[in-house]
Amino acid sequence: MKYFQKGTHKKSKTKMEDVKLMKGNEALAEAAIRAGADAYFGYPITPQSEVIEYLMQERPEDRTGMIVLQAESEIAAINMVYGAAGAGKKAMTSSSSPGISLKQEGISYLAGSELPCLIVNVVRAGPGLGTIQPGQSDYFQATKGGGHGDYRLIVLAPSTVQEMADFVDLSFELAFKYRNPAMILSDGAIGQMMEKVYLPEQKKRLTNEEIIEKYGSWATTGKTKNRERNIITSLALKPEVMEKHNIHLQEKYKRITENEVRYEELQCEDADYILVAYGSSARICQKTVQLGREKGIKIGIIRPITLWPYPSGIIAAYADKVKGFLSVEMNAGQMVEDVRLAVNGKTPVEHFGKMGGIIPTPAEVLEALEEKLILNK
Amino acid sequence: MSTTIITPEDIIKKGKIVFKKTENMTDNTLSYCPGCGHGVAHRLVMEVVEEMGITEKTIGVAPVGCSVLAYDFMNVDMTQAAHGRAPAVATGIKRVFPEKYVFTYQGDGDLAAIGTAETIHACNRGENIVIIFINNGIYGMTGGQMAPTTLDGMKSSTSPYGRAVETMGYPLKITEMVAALPGVSYATRQAVHQAKYVRKAKKAIQKAFENQRDEKGTSIVEIVSNCNSGWKMSPEKANEWLDENMLTYFPLGDIKK
Amino acid sequence: MAKVRGAVVINTEACKGCDLCVVACPTDVLKLNEQVNAKGYNPAFPANHEACTACKICALVCPDMCITVYQYKPEK
Repeated sequence: MKYFQKGTHKKSKTKMEDVKLMKGNEALAEAAIRAGADAYFGYPITPQSEVIEYLMQERPEDRTGMIVLQAESEIAAINMVYGAAGAGKKAMTSSSSPGISLKQEGISYLAGSELPCLIVNVVRAGPGLGTIQPGQSDYFQATKGGGHGDYRLIVLAPSTVQEMADFVDLSFELAFKYRNPAMILSDGAIGQMMEKVYLPEQKKRLTNEEIIEKYGSWATTGKTKNRERNIITSLALKPEVMEKHNIHLQEKYKRITENEVRYEELQCEDADYILVAYGSSARICQKTVQLGREKGIKIGIIRPITLWPYPSGIIAAYADKVKGFLSVEMNAGQMVEDVRLAVNGKTPVEHFGKMGGIIPTPAEVLEALEEKLILNK
Repeated sequence: MSTTIITPEDIIKKGKIVFKKTENMTDNTLSYCPGCGHGVAHRLVMEVVEEMGITEKTIGVAPVGCSVLAYDFMNVDMTQAAHGRAPAVATGIKRVFPEKYVFTYQGDGDLAAIGTAETIHACNRGENIVIIFINNGIYGMTGGQMAPTTLDGMKSSTSPYGRAVETMGYPLKITEMVAALPGVSYATRQAVHQAKYVRKAKKAIQKAFENQRDEKGTSIVEIVSNCNSGWKMSPEKANEWLDENMLTYFPLGDIKK
Repeated sequence: MAKVRGAVVINTEACKGCDLCVVACPTDVLKLNEQVNAKGYNPAFPANHEACTACKICALVCPDMCITVYQYKPEK
């Protein structure tokens, strides 16, 4: 399975000192500095505390001028992001599931006010305080809104340490392109595991003038005499104004859906069965394909890279050709609903999941596929 | 000595303007109730910003509450924050724009109830911002419910028999609380219901912005104000009641300077 | 020495008739008009304009910034 996907890092240009063995969380933190991020606001929570620890250790204020601040809570951290993003800066935060729940109010405001920023969720299994072990049980929360109101986040799901690094810059690019919050939906396994990573080149932080030139003058940079005051708000007391804003948001989401779907497919051309999986689950499924094919079961994988917008098109394209889809997730069955919507009844769609912080084994996935799609057909 | 009779019309024609609305306030009609102190407080902040020549460098943060629409009236760049989160939002702005002037404008429900953590920790970090805190002892916008600052025995729509401190807690003197923090350089309590207080309040607001210029840390200016609609009084009666009751519990003056 | 004289111009449409300027004025210049403005408020007006000293107290307490104050110092 090729994990270096379109738009990700080019190995050829990398200097030796930029090839490192790193934890996913550390790679993401280093990539944030290199992406020219202006500010990180966070609050410690396992299994993602390495992000803020790495940043504090690295003193990015000296390296690039990037601000790093430990807030008093996840709520404060996301609102600091809101302030800095409203000022037109590249701002980010990271947390894990219970912390992301706390951030939902702020995320809804960010989406409503159309502020670009990056939110990283290194998911642990829930509900409640749950466990510190990896999970994918925040899929609904990340892709269907999460907070109140009709809104969407651009959600990228890394499945390698390399993608933890590469998706930082990509997230900021997409966030600013559409003036919309972006989320990296990782999990405790990807965050904690160590892999070789090709670190991206250092980007320069943009000056205020460059920000205005590149993205326009919408941010709270101080009202100059040649323009009206800029206001960052999600409030519209008049329903007709609020509806207009919602229509505008939906049109934007439509543009994102049309232009920004990213996925990876592996061995689907001749496949009878397709596994749909992202993040850690996708890594497991890679081995399942091999085990299946050794037994003569032709299996392929579709790995959504953007969980929103969802790669429904490619799943629909295979719906007429295969005997079934198995959505493999570390949850009770969340993404399977999007697979079913894409397949639209044309072929069976089943779910296999492990919950509570347990990562399924390749053999378990194969067994589930045989039982749910072949034997019980 | 001139013997001609000067009419008011002559004065308007020939005299000099000694008071007019600052250009830092927009021409939008204020959405506040008749007699509400918010208008005066808005004006004072915007006058100080104008007189210090920092309009182009000033970014305000509006709260949730009656002043949620402050950005409709204050003619500077503004961000509207979630309920209680203004000090965190201001922190985010100030940290990426240390050379700009950042202020929050918050009511008592916003600052002293739901935003207590953000308030205390922004103050504790000594964020170099100005916090304008309007204390009228009630939730105005949602219709006169009990606030953390509602006085003992004071009636509101959620304390219809009067605030019973035994079960509902005591009115919170949060400005005194944050004054105890080393990050706070200036904490003061002012009022705007009479001209003499208005003059002092403006000086306090100016000092707060000057502190920000001089990088002294957090400055908090509490303004004890009225809510004649919530208190169910005429503006005149509300101001008398404020004088006799609010100022007894929330005495005016500098708490830390 | 001739005394300092003042005059006020009131933005009648922005006035909400809260009465605070009327109460505050030390020389009883202002009153509320019996006629209402477009919003239905009784706006303040200088009923005793000659008594104005340009002390600005009305403008300082006006929550709606409706009052512009003019001052005239007669030549000695």
